[in-house]
Amino acid sequence: MSGPTRSREPRRLDVDAILDDPSVRIVVCCGSGGVGKTTTAAALALRAAERGRRTVVLTIDPARRLAQSMGLRELDNAPREVAGIGADSGGSLDAMMLDMKRTFDEVVIAHASPEKAAAVLENPFYQALSTSFAGTQEYMAMEKLGQLRALGSWDLIVVDTPPSRSALDFLDAPARLGSFLDGRLIRVLTAPARAGGRAGLRFVQLGLGVFTGALTRVLGGDLLGDVQTFVGALDSMFGGFRERAEQTYALLQDPETVFVVVAAPESDALREASYFVERLSGDGMPLGGLVLNRVHATAVPGLTAEQSLAAAERLEESPQHALAAGALHLHAERMRVVERERRLARRFTTAHPSVAVVEVPAFPTDVHDLQGLRDVGESLAPRSSAATS
Amino acid sequence: MDWDQIRLHVVTGKGGTGKTTVAATLALTLASGGKRVLLVEVEGRQGLAQLFDTAPLPYEERKMAVAAAGGDVYALAVEPDAAVLEYLDMYYRLGRAGKALEKMGALEFATTIAPGLRDVLLTGKTYEATRRRAPGGGFTYDAVVLDAPPTGRITRFLNVNEEVSTLTRMGPIHRQAESIMTLLRSPETAVHLVTVLEEMPVQETADGVHELTEAGLPVGAVVVNQVRPSPLPAGVLADARAGRVDRGSIAAGLEAGDLADLPHMTPELLGTWTDGLAAEVLEHAARVALEDQEAARLSHLGQPVLSLPRIAEGIDLGALYTLSETLTRQGVRAPDLRAHS
Repeated sequence: MSGPTRSREPRRLDVDAILDDPSVRIVVCCGSGGVGKTTTAAALALRAAERGRRTVVLTIDPARRLAQSMGLRELDNAPREVAGIGADSGGSLDAMMLDMKRTFDEVVIAHASPEKAAAVLENPFYQALSTSFAGTQEYMAMEKLGQLRALGSWDLIVVDTPPSRSALDFLDAPARLGSFLDGRLIRVLTAPARAGGRAGLRFVQLGLGVFTGALTRVLGGDLLGDVQTFVGALDSMFGGFRERAEQTYALLQDPETVFVVVAAPESDALREASYFVERLSGDGMPLGGLVLNRVHATAVPGLTAEQSLAAAERLEESPQHALAAGALHLHAERMRVVERERRLARRFTTAHPSVAVVEVPAFPTDVHDLQGLRDVGESLAPRSSAATS
Repeated sequence: MDWDQIRLHVVTGKGGTGKTTVAATLALTLASGGKRVLLVEVEGRQGLAQLFDTAPLPYEERKMAVAAAGGDVYALAVEPDAAVLEYLDMYYRLGRAGKALEKMGALEFATTIAPGLRDVLLTGKTYEATRRRAPGGGFTYDAVVLDAPPTGRITRFLNVNEEVSTLTRMGPIHRQAESIMTLLRSPETAVHLVTVLEEMPVQETADGVHELTEAGLPVGAVVVNQVRPSPLPAGVLADARAGRVDRGSIAAGLEAGDLADLPHMTPELLGTWTDGLAAEVLEHAARVALEDQEAARLSHLGQPVLSLPRIAEGIDLGALYTLSETLTRQGVRAPDLRAHS
């Protein structure tokens, strides 16, 4: 209503067209933390299942009650069927939560001989890396996605991404892993393990003693030993590891994948969404569109904040109008929020005019049951256009 | 929690709750009255530069704002790669070897295969700034505020030196890790959790308090951000919470407020507005009820609660000063070190 011209309105994102398209096999929900990614992923997956697709949703760190609503009570790292979904349509819904440590262990076991795997799993450096270090979650989410796709048991995989500050972390993890594995540091660290002490000595003669000496001083000899053992043991697995990271990245560039960027109408979240949209187009990754969560609406769009406040002031001295004055103040506050959100959304759509957008209204309570997820799915669907304009 | 003892304030919160805004507000509050406060950003997103509306911050401490009654807020955006080199040079005087590390891809090593090493450096840099002495012998900064990673990651982030100390067992890194953990576990440190009065952030705050306590880290205040006082008089709100809104009274108010005289106004439109405003009042009352419920959960956590109002127009530098005044009124202050030394 307040937009300059009708033609400036962004294209509306049609999630049903994405969910119904049999050539779409993966939907990735990404965006910065706190914008409702997990809920969006779960709602899309449920909707796909109820529209007849055999669907699995991979959640990363769901809120407890949301997880419970899908029957997820523990981290068991394997998809479990959500009972009673899609019986009429022929679809089904499986859900799982990512167990980062177990996924990492599985990679090690799958790629190394039993003895080597045992050595890696016991290595203190590996144990710290696989449980407590940040960033591992991104690798493992990618790895799990690759595994699920390779199983081929589903028509559609919907993936939530880790709750990092930067939405780009998820995309960058595998590429960083690849470049790291090509790095010289790895070659130096693995050289002694590969060829024994002599090669190590030769490296020292080549001047690298400065380097390992420095590392030993900084890290302490034991840690360097642990790292060398770890890297040495991983050596044989690196080929497979790296290949898979590359395959998964290629999978993300395939037309069978659609990215859905999730944001809230706040400047930080929309800035992250912008970075992500630019990155996707730069890397030739297929963008479905933007889901804008928690958009505030008003039942009285024609009454501006200013008119509302002016009227409230006129009523101030009359106690019999306390309700009306309060309601007008409330409405003025609401209009300010609505206007700010619209301005932010417009800034995004002006910068990215080709990106389709769908708005999800702010729900008064958090979503934590299947009906709540259905309602979110319904508001994402084409015909339920919210009456805000 | 004793404001006169805390020198390192770690601010965490669920994404989207306004953690960076609260960290900046806290720094301004602590600096007021002539103190020097360092505000540290570690997530590489230049949130502070955006908040203070300046060009992206380089990796150096620079004066960012002047607080009420003449204190200074310095800001630092820690750049992990630069921090590695600086750190190595400062503690181990590596010189040429440091350069070799850089050439060998050791920096990539730090951020790739062991991204946790990044956390080691970020906490290490914060530790160094907190402990740094000015030439006169006193601390360089009266207080340090760390805009830390989100609640879901905070315990792991702060405890990373525990891992390091276990992994290294001896040597300078081991000793350094032990010193950092000693500071982080002391009453000189407080971890504040930012939340809003919604179910999920409050749940995450409760989980965060529990995790931090289990890990032996000192929990500070729970900061309730974006609090909206209800514009409805208590009686009206109580009625609305019971589902009662008098449409006739709203309609009469619209007339008395001259809205019925607007051009294009029709009796039908006035009816639509009346119904719309009544619906907004009921929705508001339902939300206030939920917020009260969440506030009660927070008060049961047993931590001091600070509250900051919502700024409808969004956050700018002026808003930070307004917010800062409300924290001062709630007793937030930096220790008076000069009185003791």
